Amino acid sequence: MAGSTLKIEGLHVEIDGSEIIKGLDLEINGGEIHAIMGPNGTGKSTLASAIMGHPRYEITQGSVHLDGKDVLEMEVDERAHAGMFLAMQYPSEISGVTNSDFMRSAINSNRGEGDEISLMKFIRKMDSKMDELEIDQSFSQRYLNEGFSGGEKKRNEILQLLMLEPRIAILDEIDSGLDIDALKVVSKGINSMKSPDFGCLIITHYQRLLNYITPDKVHVMMQGRIVKSGGAELAQRLEEEGYDWIKEELGIEDEKVGEQA
Amino acid sequence: MSVDTKWTYDENYVREYSQKRGEPEWLTEQRLTAIRLADELELPKPEKTNIKTWNFTEFKHDSGEAAPIQSVDDLHEDVQALIDRSTEEQNLIVFRDGKPIYRTESDHLKEQGVLFLDIETAAREHSDLLKKYFMGSAVEVDEHRLTALHVALLNGGTFIYVPKNVTVEAPLQTIYWQEDPEAGLFNHVIVAAEDNSQVTYLENYASFNREQSAVANIISEVYTGQNAKVSYGGVDHFEKGVTTYVNRRGYVEKDGYLEWALGQMNEGNTVSDNTTVLQGDGSHADTKAVSIGREDQSQNFWTNIVHYGKHSTGHILTHGVMKDKASSIFNGVTKIKHGATKADGQQTERVLMLSERARGDANPILLIDEDDVTAGHAASVGRVDPMQMFYMMSRGITRTEAERLIIHGFLAPVVNELPIQAVKERLTEVIERKVY
Repeated sequence: MAGSTLKIEGLHVEIDGSEIIKGLDLEINGGEIHAIMGPNGTGKSTLASAIMGHPRYEITQGSVHLDGKDVLEMEVDERAHAGMFLAMQYPSEISGVTNSDFMRSAINSNRGEGDEISLMKFIRKMDSKMDELEIDQSFSQRYLNEGFSGGEKKRNEILQLLMLEPRIAILDEIDSGLDIDALKVVSKGINSMKSPDFGCLIITHYQRLLNYITPDKVHVMMQGRIVKSGGAELAQRLEEEGYDWIKEELGIEDEKVGEQA
Repeated sequence: MSVDTKWTYDENYVREYSQKRGEPEWLTEQRLTAIRLADELELPKPEKTNIKTWNFTEFKHDSGEAAPIQSVDDLHEDVQALIDRSTEEQNLIVFRDGKPIYRTESDHLKEQGVLFLDIETAAREHSDLLKKYFMGSAVEVDEHRLTALHVALLNGGTFIYVPKNVTVEAPLQTIYWQEDPEAGLFNHVIVAAEDNSQVTYLENYASFNREQSAVANIISEVYTGQNAKVSYGGVDHFEKGVTTYVNRRGYVEKDGYLEWALGQMNEGNTVSDNTTVLQGDGSHADTKAVSIGREDQSQNFWTNIVHYGKHSTGHILTHGVMKDKASSIFNGVTKIKHGATKADGQQTERVLMLSERARGDANPILLIDEDDVTAGHAASVGRVDPMQMFYMMSRGITRTEAERLIIHGFLAPVVNELPIQAVKERLTEVIERKVY
């Protein structure tokens, strides 16, 4: 089966009555890696959360379709079942629920009743993915994100990505707070997912993650819209020259949007 | 029915009952004093819960003789489910309506000089030792009408005595099963752990009949000697018709350690008092209690730790889940007495509300009469966190399943502490049934 297509058209998103995303179009196909870059407060994380169905964000206009199916009509768990995944910037801590129990519940929810993964198979898969990400085995019995360092939380998000094998993944600032070694490990994990069946949207402030994961397309977000798109070379130029040249080119004075401004 | 109902059990009844059980004179006398006190004393007045209309008086007291059973297979299947059949070293007493009907203990226990007996046998065979601890420093007969009634009508319970320097490896387990739906249970548990000893005790209270009304009046006394360690686990699951007064008290001497893990899952109205006195320097108490309130149930939980000892540490964790129209008050009290320098008292009360109509109050109270201490508290009453739900659902977990995992996680601090796998699994099932 060929890869999926996530299609975002004319999207407007509000939070508590203030508009953050102001008409955004983007199409991500299986096999492609997109990066959205941009300074703080331009709506990048809002975009990621809104697509996944974050309860605080209200979509006022536009559409999101996954292989023609209306994503905005789906419950959050149905979006995951359809093949979507969001690695969160600030994942919740859930006391009393072990990483392993959580992972198994998630996998089984996606597989559906009667097709549950066997315990042995699950343990083998989890062990091998943890090895891949250089995560200690004790991790699986710790409570979900409780007391995890910033870096551990990020690794855990990527562990979930590798375990759940979504068709379209959105990674929201997965690189923030990671040291260079952790960044390499996390990038290796993401790169291992590369295939024609996997489409990925990486949201980041910094170009450095893109030294390890080469994007097919790079988009710059300002004022709640994509203001410029290009290839990997665009990220390179942003690293060298910052964002001011884009603002000048487009006549933008303040790139920020809404209440985050 | 009201509290003015004429008491049907008088001095004559109590004397006869005591003599029929072949009790030593001191116990008969204590019962007689208590029945007189019961007439004079008032019911306890737990804050914010009106218990005046609760049934504390209508029940059947003496269920008569109970024939012992030979095998665990002859027990009610829900009782069987509480027993780890595979365990090599089993120490277990099963009670039906207060009477011991099945008992097994390892030879090892006997060799160590540990006593693990029903209280009726203990009164006959180890009268002096029982007297030393019964209604001792942890609890007074005249605290209120219910403590007095308890002593007067005592009809079940367990006596555990662990001599100095003895470590009991395998847990001691009791199951108090109320089969007769009208039977009242006046159950008394004593755990006496002498200096440098260690013991783990786990009890289950259970009834399976939903509607008929009965009374449970329970007192536990736990004496933790110097440098001794006692782990006390309890799972209460009386059905709806049973009104429960449960009072679990601990008294900890120098460098002693007492930990409580209580799953308070009664379906009926309940008043619970769990108090630990940290008497000795360096003594330590760790109290964890979880509960679920549902339907129109009303419950009142007091968790107290009183610090007298220097460098004593006391931690309280209370988690409650409230649904339907249930109402619960959770009071956590850390009392640090003058002179208890360097004491540390910490407490957390959290209430998870699953219904608009339920009521849950979390009241952390610090009463500190000493300057050189550390103390802290955290309390919250709220719904399931929508961000947690979003996170779990974003991984494909359904709303129902996500909520289920969060609730089990919320109650895990006690479930995880229970030393017997079968009881753990059973409590998990009870939680499952109560929440859904």
